[in-house]
Amino acid sequence: MELKHTPLFEIYRDTAGVQLAEFHGWELPIHFASGIIPEHHGVRTSAGLFDVSHMGEILVDGEQAEGYLQQLLTTSVTAIKSGEICYTLMCYQNGGVVDDLMVYKISDTRYLLVVNAGNIDKDVDWIMRDNPIAQSGAPMPDIRNQSDAWAQLALQGPKSEELLAQLVPEVRDIPFFTFRDDLLLQDMPLLISRSGYTGEDGFEIYLNAEDAPDMWRLLAELPGVQPCGLGARDTLRLEAKLPLYGHEISESITPLEANLGTFVDLDKHYFVGREALVKQQQQGIPRSLRGVEMIDSGFPRDGYRVVLDGRDIGYVTSGTKSPTLGSFIALVLIDRGTGLKFGDELHIDIRGKLKAARLVRTPFYKKQTGRN
Amino acid sequence: MSEIRDDVRYTENHEWVQLDGTTAKVGITDYAQDSLGEIVYVELPEVEDQFSQGDEVASIESVKAAAPVYAPMGGRIVRVNKKLEDSPELLNEAPFKNPIYTLEVDDPDEYAELMDSDAYADFLKERE
Repeated sequence: MELKHTPLFEIYRDTAGVQLAEFHGWELPIHFASGIIPEHHGVRTSAGLFDVSHMGEILVDGEQAEGYLQQLLTTSVTAIKSGEICYTLMCYQNGGVVDDLMVYKISDTRYLLVVNAGNIDKDVDWIMRDNPIAQSGAPMPDIRNQSDAWAQLALQGPKSEELLAQLVPEVRDIPFFTFRDDLLLQDMPLLISRSGYTGEDGFEIYLNAEDAPDMWRLLAELPGVQPCGLGARDTLRLEAKLPLYGHEISESITPLEANLGTFVDLDKHYFVGREALVKQQQQGIPRSLRGVEMIDSGFPRDGYRVVLDGRDIGYVTSGTKSPTLGSFIALVLIDRGTGLKFGDELHIDIRGKLKAARLVRTPFYKKQTGRN
Repeated sequence: MSEIRDDVRYTENHEWVQLDGTTAKVGITDYAQDSLGEIVYVELPEVEDQFSQGDEVASIESVKAAAPVYAPMGGRIVRVNKKLEDSPELLNEAPFKNPIYTLEVDDPDEYAELMDSDAYADFLKERE
């Protein structure tokens, strides 16, 4: 299969030290010249610039939009106002996750859904055709996949506001999890939200694909901005315990098991998957997503078994060497009834050797200050 | 361009070997460390462990991937580079100056089966 490229691919070809790799059919930078660890620290201490144009953007329009999304999403879109964002999930009827996504409420009749790159086709099919509401022949809103026409950049880190404000002063007045869709920079229309996937303050910037290279250059030239690849994006989100589809959530892991119950409004009259999730809640959620820190040395990679007193209790969903903590950390999906407490010891089977780890509080990293 | 040294021999798995009598130092090449990226952990073997040619001896973990290190020659581990436990990044900084382990080899003739620097340079070219 031919790899897909974002509008910034030509910039990567002309930049020394970029290492590209395949990610869900996309060829994207794993890191730039400085490497994953310096990029990670750059975001924690200053600001990092990410190309996230591979993410999917789907517009849902019309009188039916709100009622339709209300039935597809685990949270209540009526609970947010125009100009606000929410994190939410779409579930199958069995409670497994179709995808997790951000919903931007542009107006009562217009919503932007931002979905994972690897799930765009599946999500579009699900939203337009495969879900039980669409199958029932109910009136549908207008649904348009804008993913190829739009680019997305993220500027993340404690200095991102002061830096981005040099180009777009209005961003100072965008509170956390809200956005403006009427911004303009050098004739480039921009939608900017204060949000991100790093555990830091920061912004996500949506724009026309053809404007992306100019915008990237403008941002990359600001002093203190570190271009970052997918490697740092992963270590940053993992320290902040932000879930990654296919790891912490999937078709076979429910949001309740992934401890995302906050984003599942079971009080809502109906949404696809509600019945299964209510039942899981009543019968007892079988597994729980927890954090561990290695005591012994060893890299806990996803899929490795978690062992307690000789018994298999689950597996690693994501692991890394935390650049901030300096230790090896992992998220693990384990049986709920183990009675483990923070500080208790368990083991990870690292290529046939049982290595000690301890259960720790998550997120592994939480930003210290800030207005959010 | 990756650095290639003339005074060692090479495997297709990008290990370098330097034989002195019957002891062989084994490390990873500049090409290997560059492909792996930032190395964050090295799983070392135990001294006295015995390996045949091609056995997995050690493991190198970078932020991106785990890579096994194989025994380029059969033998017994006589020394491991303990510095790498606390400073795995030495493999990125100076891969040829930091052997991972030293073997007392069973058969010094196995050295001749390994690639010399010219053959390894050609081998790398084919991969580009």
